[in-house]
Amino acid sequence: MFLGISVDHLIFILRGAGWTLVLSGMGFIGGTLVGLPLALARARGGWMVRSGAGAYIQLMQGIPLPVLMFVIYFGISIAGFDVPALVAAALAMTAYSSAYLGEIWKGCIQAVPRTQWEAAECLALKPLQRAVYVILPQAARVAIAPTVSFLVQIVKNSSYAVVIGFFDLTYSARVVNNSTFKPFVVFTIAAMLYFAICYPLSALSYKIEKRMSRTIES
Amino acid sequence: MDYQFDFSFLTTHWQDIIDGVWLTLRMSVATIIFGFLLGTILAVVRTQGSVWGKRAVTWYVDVIRNTPLVIQTFWLFFGLAAMQVRIPAMAAAVIALVINVSAYTAEIVRAGIEAVPKGQVEAASCLALTRWQVLRLVVLPQAVERMYPALVSQFVLMMLATSIMSQISAEELTAIGYRIQSETFRGFEIYILIAVIYLVLSMLLRLSMTGIGSVAFARRRRLQTPL
Repeated sequence: MFLGISVDHLIFILRGAGWTLVLSGMGFIGGTLVGLPLALARARGGWMVRSGAGAYIQLMQGIPLPVLMFVIYFGISIAGFDVPALVAAALAMTAYSSAYLGEIWKGCIQAVPRTQWEAAECLALKPLQRAVYVILPQAARVAIAPTVSFLVQIVKNSSYAVVIGFFDLTYSARVVNNSTFKPFVVFTIAAMLYFAICYPLSALSYKIEKRMSRTIES
Repeated sequence: MDYQFDFSFLTTHWQDIIDGVWLTLRMSVATIIFGFLLGTILAVVRTQGSVWGKRAVTWYVDVIRNTPLVIQTFWLFFGLAAMQVRIPAMAAAVIALVINVSAYTAEIVRAGIEAVPKGQVEAASCLALTRWQVLRLVVLPQAVERMYPALVSQFVLMMLATSIMSQISAEELTAIGYRIQSETFRGFEIYILIAVIYLVLSMLLRLSMTGIGSVAFARRRRLQTPL
């Protein structure tokens, strides 16, 4: 026993933390798979593609993530599938993070000088090759800092999956609180775990940003 | 898929939905006002306070920005309950939101204060303004003017985040949705409707805050460009 919390409770909370990491990872991977084409569409697409991608981003950024979780959760169930909350949560996280990553990366792609696209075209590279071999490697350098900083948002906002009953760090902490009724101890532990995941990422992003701005100045 | 969409809950529950929207709006406006004030004070301490003041604010901002709003809210709400302090869920929700948004506002305003040219402060003290006057009349107006678009985005995000207050039984829009869902079993339709309402609310909030900005910051409007 430690401050009214047993070792079993602690392990239970840590298991929740593990699922938080799983959900965050799925959200980031899904967000990358959808967000990268979105960013390219926003930066280089024709009028139709650009406004379509823009509308998607506006839509996702105007709906709260908990509501998005509910819509997908109930949507899947009326479509006749019975899937665990993890799938609904991961889909919602994908929709959410793809919109923000798409917007962040759009800026990074636009930061690559236009002449780079033209030069690549002169070398007879196909559109996809231009993007993959010439533009994205240069955009990636600019993108690292804001992307790492957005990872923090993903980890924090994965806690909203608690509304559909997904077993993550927030959920496990609430369960332990309900049985021990030691809110300050339980939620301080949960906050410390989130902090332990997020703070190194924040610090890393800040460090990369400082280094990047120094290279640009020199 | 032979699912029949059924929005008939609207006829029986529209009053509840209006109430939910109204509470969400009140919560958001209260949080914007108090969060902005607290955030500005924190930003001032962070840039001009004593060494310990600066350290304390840096620590506060780091802790708040690296932990989820839900955990902060639970900590406060269940913590107060454990200490036998009884306050309405709405009040606990606003306090938690103010604590949360003030940390983000502090960072934004701090960046604004640091971007005010040194010459402005020197010129102001040459005019024999006291330190408080320099801050109030010269530094803060320019800082807020410069950072206003970032503040608007932050406040829109905060309005969307009020939806999580359904978890501590504050009867705002999302909580109303959950209640109607448990009575009618029309979860999908209800949350589609609620998503649309939030979408409209976020557009209205952004529009009205941009409107307030163009009245409050005439210089910005005349220049038609960011500063």
